[in-house]
Amino acid sequence: MAKQKLKELVINGDWCKGCGICIKFCPTQVLELDRQDRCIAVRPEDCICCKMCELRCPDLAIEVITEKGEGGDHEK
Amino acid sequence: MAIKDYLRQRFFPHIWCPGCGHGIVLSSLLHAVEELGLAKNDIVMTSGIGCSARISGYVDFHSLHTLHGRALAFATGVKLAKPALNLLVPMGDGDALAIGGNHFIHAARRNINITAIVMNNRIYGMTGGQFSPLSGCGKRATTAPFLTIDQEFDVVKLAKAAGASFVARSTTYHAKESTLYLKKAIMHKGFSVVEILSQCPTHYGRKNKEGDAPDMLELYKDTTAKLGSKALEKNPDLIPRGIFVEEERGEYCEEYDKLVDKAMGGAR
Repeated sequence: MAKQKLKELVINGDWCKGCGICIKFCPTQVLELDRQDRCIAVRPEDCICCKMCELRCPDLAIEVITEKGEGGDHEK
Repeated sequence: MAIKDYLRQRFFPHIWCPGCGHGIVLSSLLHAVEELGLAKNDIVMTSGIGCSARISGYVDFHSLHTLHGRALAFATGVKLAKPALNLLVPMGDGDALAIGGNHFIHAARRNINITAIVMNNRIYGMTGGQFSPLSGCGKRATTAPFLTIDQEFDVVKLAKAAGASFVARSTTYHAKESTLYLKKAIMHKGFSVVEILSQCPTHYGRKNKEGDAPDMLELYKDTTAKLGSKALEKNPDLIPRGIFVEEERGEYCEEYDKLVDKAMGGAR
């Protein structure tokens, strides 16, 4: 599998309930809680696009959009 | 299609508590549906009552929010009337095996082509944290202040014995694995059961000192092991995950069709 490059980490703050699952299991500590207890991406440059935050988010609030794939419109 | 396109987004954020595993099950299920490329109009989701049953309100499929424990009975009716549709039946542990226990074993016995998903959080969450038939021995609940003395059901063994032709188990920590099993279960012709261990941090976790949602997920990682793995061999007390049964057997709707043909003497 080719190495994926992050295009955007979309976090829906209205849906996030701040449970902290994504933060605990992120292998590169990209995510943190802000002062309102909502998840934010503080180090998106470290993201390795494993998408485990997206898959494990109970609020379906995270979407990892990569340069390749996702409908093919970002494909180079 | 993106996962969000399968949601009724107007009902979000959902009602589940922060860190509730049911949201992860919903996500895994939608990933499975998306990867299989199923059309929304070809899917019917029926659910009963409970936290877990709210799931049918969030998906943009045909959906039936029915009576407590009777989701499988309604699904059987839908499937027999429209055999071409894919039936997804997510149920909670109490919904599936206490209130709906009989529907569960008989749907398995008939081997009707339905995908049953048991979202097992070991507690009745919606009504305030009473213990369920899947809580197990020595657990604390609002109705068991001195710990439970009831043995729990093993969903996998029960489904296997009742005749389900596909049985698998996963957890919310293993979200990718859940998606894989759900995909296989949906494609399987016959009654398929996927048990997904799902954390309830509000009631079960708090009462049993299992910590918050991330801690409970960590516990799923530590207390389960893949079927056939070295870890499971060394420590049989771990909860096995994997596909336990996958076999081909006569499917109920097809058998029914054959019977109709026979009765009509080829006049159909």
